[in-house]
Amino acid sequence: MNLAQTLLRSPVVGALTSPHGVDRYLELVNPMWVVNDVRARIVDIKRETRAGEPVATITLEPSAAWRGHEAGQYVQVGVEVDGARRTRAFSVSSPESKPGDLITLTMRANPDGIVSKHLVTRAQVGDVVNLSQAEGVFTLPNPLPNQLLFISGGSGITPVMSMLRTLLRRGYGGTVTFLHYAQSPDHQIYADELAELPPNVHVHLVYPEAGSGAFYCTDELARILPGYADVDAWACGPAGLIELVQETFDENPRLRVEYFKTSTLRPVDGAEGRTRFDRSGEEGENSGATLLEQAEALGLRPEYGCRMGICFSCTSVKKEGVVRNVVTGVESDQPDEEIQICVSAPLGDCVVDL
Amino acid sequence: MAVTATSTPYKLTPEQIEEFGREMDEIRQRVANDLGQADADYIRGIVKAQRAFEGAGRALFYLPPAWPLAVASLSISKILDNMEIGHNVMHGQYDWMGDPGLNSRMYEWDTVCPSEQWKYSHNYIHHTYTNILGKDRDVGYGILRMDEEQKWKPYYLGNPVYAFLLMTFFQWGVALHDFEVENIVSGKRSWKDTKHLHRGFVRKVRNQTLKDYVLFPALTGPLFPLTLAGNATANLIRNIWTFNIIFCGHFPAGVETFSEEEAENESRGAWYYRQLRGSSNITGSKLLHILSGNLSHQIEHHLFPDLPARRYPEIAPEVQALCEKYDLTYNTGPLHKQLGSVAAKIFRLALPPRGKKTAGPTEQDRTPEQVTGFPVPKVSVRDRVEETTVYSDDSDAVSNDRTAELVSA
Repeated sequence: MNLAQTLLRSPVVGALTSPHGVDRYLELVNPMWVVNDVRARIVDIKRETRAGEPVATITLEPSAAWRGHEAGQYVQVGVEVDGARRTRAFSVSSPESKPGDLITLTMRANPDGIVSKHLVTRAQVGDVVNLSQAEGVFTLPNPLPNQLLFISGGSGITPVMSMLRTLLRRGYGGTVTFLHYAQSPDHQIYADELAELPPNVHVHLVYPEAGSGAFYCTDELARILPGYADVDAWACGPAGLIELVQETFDENPRLRVEYFKTSTLRPVDGAEGRTRFDRSGEEGENSGATLLEQAEALGLRPEYGCRMGICFSCTSVKKEGVVRNVVTGVESDQPDEEIQICVSAPLGDCVVDL
Repeated sequence: MAVTATSTPYKLTPEQIEEFGREMDEIRQRVANDLGQADADYIRGIVKAQRAFEGAGRALFYLPPAWPLAVASLSISKILDNMEIGHNVMHGQYDWMGDPGLNSRMYEWDTVCPSEQWKYSHNYIHHTYTNILGKDRDVGYGILRMDEEQKWKPYYLGNPVYAFLLMTFFQWGVALHDFEVENIVSGKRSWKDTKHLHRGFVRKVRNQTLKDYVLFPALTGPLFPLTLAGNATANLIRNIWTFNIIFCGHFPAGVETFSEEEAENESRGAWYYRQLRGSSNITGSKLLHILSGNLSHQIEHHLFPDLPARRYPEIAPEVQALCEKYDLTYNTGPLHKQLGSVAAKIFRLALPPRGKKTAGPTEQDRTPEQVTGFPVPKVSVRDRVEETTVYSDDSDAVSNDRTAELVSA
């Protein structure tokens, strides 16, 4: 850290710039001069695939506060669209980083996804995006076991790629089995790089929908890696694939998973009662969807970010009723508790302070 | 003369009130759907201007001859920060932008009142119970007599003095608002009841004092006293300006107050209706609107407190048209007229009620405690009669629907 940054982060400068803080002044001169906030400048955008919704790898130069990341972690990326910041989590695809390093994110332009579509189709080199510090525990252990299994689907390849690249850079001598599912060879991300991996990485690229290989099942995994139950495994991809892998491993703690939402979260069973948004006075039948979706269906515009329960942007107070976290399945019946409305679905009558 | 209250609290029928509410909702929805880049650019532009004025003000203190310019620059910075940015951001007007720097839960302003405490008494209490005597503590702020329905007592002879002091030390008045000092003095609230406020208050006062009265003066070395005096003057100018703008929002002649019963179980339409009747605007240039944080459009602000204030001027003609349609008063006037009216009220209400008694006790009477916030001795019927006195020489009373109806009754 250089002297200027040390000085700008000092308590004296904090007191002089109170109550706003030094970054609120620095950013007006140059958005990348912030010393406490994490941001990144886009320094390169590269197309990855030949078919399907476009996929791009975006190289970012994080601001001074970036603490680096462990392979497999994700960051929240915030972009501004029509004046409003939209935030979404993306796994870092580059190998583990230190402060000052460039990082890359690879994403498919989800037709319903504001952030990914913006980054892949509209962002320009030179744009500045908002970033969080790296988060998540979908990472490699220390010390490394001598055998590893990665299973991924679609753009779930990105954290796996970060881990693979980290292993290669560290000169890992153990055996890696990598099973990846994609729609077709033309949809394959990192095709060129995957073709040139060293012999201790056994890559199985499967394209069931294109007639090349079978859909994931336990027997198929057992055929590829007979002793899979004794191997540390990482799985990342759409929720459907992850559920199947979880069935295979059946509570085996060697399996770590991470999945992403492709459409709306499934409503809970037995939706009944009414959902009321107290502050706005809006009320409707409980559709069983998340409170955020129900609010939006009633024309409200609550603040939200990730819509998958990780960024806490949508945190609101539930005044009455029982809600179930649709991601974790946890039910809670406390009055006046803060909940994340994007992942909370009401069971029966519910009142939310929105 | 025995009089029973025959007036209904509303001039409109319940159906008309609901229709009025629906039309207000439509305006609201249309603007909410239209929020976007232009609103974001606007508030960021104001922030940029505020920071530039602040930087210029702080820097100009190094040039002693430029002292007045430095003070002016810093005053504008503080006014912009408190009004067009702070007040409006903390209402959640820009929460939809998702920018932590402009988020109601995170924003802290350049004044001694901690934002967290202000948001409670302002966003919740004042904006929900606007002008309901006994509930909205912004009516007289617990120290002034600003409404005929507040029972007079000798203490109020000092009304103009208290108002002057409140103006001079307005940021402190705002900061202490949540402490309800008047209720502590009267014994209705104990010091312990304010314990949850102490930490935030001390921290904020410390930060503001350290910055304006120690660090920035110290940075100018031998000019320390000049800089300190300049910062104090800028805070004073901001106090005077914000006090005057805010007092024009609910206290000019013709603005109505309400009893708790009137506002009980009110519908959304009735809430809109009360906000309209309890607020008043200031006409003026675009600069006046910006420097007042668009509280010059107090009516629109009270109807739509979480819509970006820059939209109020565009909404105003529609609200006015609806007022014409329903034959409602849209209370507005130039700054000098509204201020003169407020000053007259401050002086007039310092004195005990006098003039012709035209009405007896009605169901709309409130207990003195509800009105003043102070415990007062049990009043006789005779005293209570005086509370509903209407003055023939009082221009306010004529434009006050409720009182006017009492006269006719």
